[in-house]
Amino acid sequence: MSERVRIRNEVIGAVKVEAEAAYPYECCGFLLGSDANPGADADDAASRTVEAILAVKNEREGDPARRRFSIGPQDYLAAERKAEETGLDLVGIYHSHPDHPAVPSETDLAQALPWYTYLIVSAERGAAGDVAAWRLAEDRSAFAPEEIKVVW
Amino acid sequence: MAKVILPTALRAFADGQKEVEAAGSTVGEVLEALAAAYPDLKRHLYDDAGKLRQYVNVFLGEDSIRDFGGLAAPTKEDSVVTLVPAIAGGREAS
Repeated sequence: MSERVRIRNEVIGAVKVEAEAAYPYECCGFLLGSDANPGADADDAASRTVEAILAVKNEREGDPARRRFSIGPQDYLAAERKAEETGLDLVGIYHSHPDHPAVPSETDLAQALPWYTYLIVSAERGAAGDVAAWRLAEDRSAFAPEEIKVVW
Repeated sequence: MAKVILPTALRAFADGQKEVEAAGSTVGEVLEALAAAYPDLKRHLYDDAGKLRQYVNVFLGEDSIRDFGGLAAPTKEDSVVTLVPAIAGGREAS
């Protein structure tokens, strides 16, 4: 079943700005928001709302940063603290795919964490394009699309 | 018992808890006890070969266990073990 994630319009805009600014390299960061259904059984389709992003430096540099991103443990811990300070939860990760569709790659799948919303934005020739949300299947076999409901 | 602090992504598999207690005299034993107590969590902590997944960084107190003997690092009753996910991915294909 396709799940649905509510994402604030300004979050979509901010992720696109990040993707364009980072081009031809990948941008990355965290999605902060709330999830009314913190259990693993996420059958309450619209329980998650993404309220804000927290941009993080891509630890990959130079040519590898055109097709890979990584976020270090200290940046992760800082992001969780920041989320708690603002009364939000860390509910996902965003990154860009320069000159590539907004579809998870094998690399994304191999490294994926459960439960998080993975928001991917395509940046074609420097212009942000499609934005798509994905969530890892329970059995880790694949990403399933999350329908995005844009909210204001 | 040692306290284990879970990242948001894994709390859903431990009844939504941020902190859980688990027994063991080493970090490895503590994590095995955690996986035994929360079977849904196990597949996200360990791969099919029974090794900790690549994205699971383990801190004992403020320090990575890599500097203290890895999973064999000894724990005490008041130890705090923090699981910190390594976040990575990307379009990959050139």
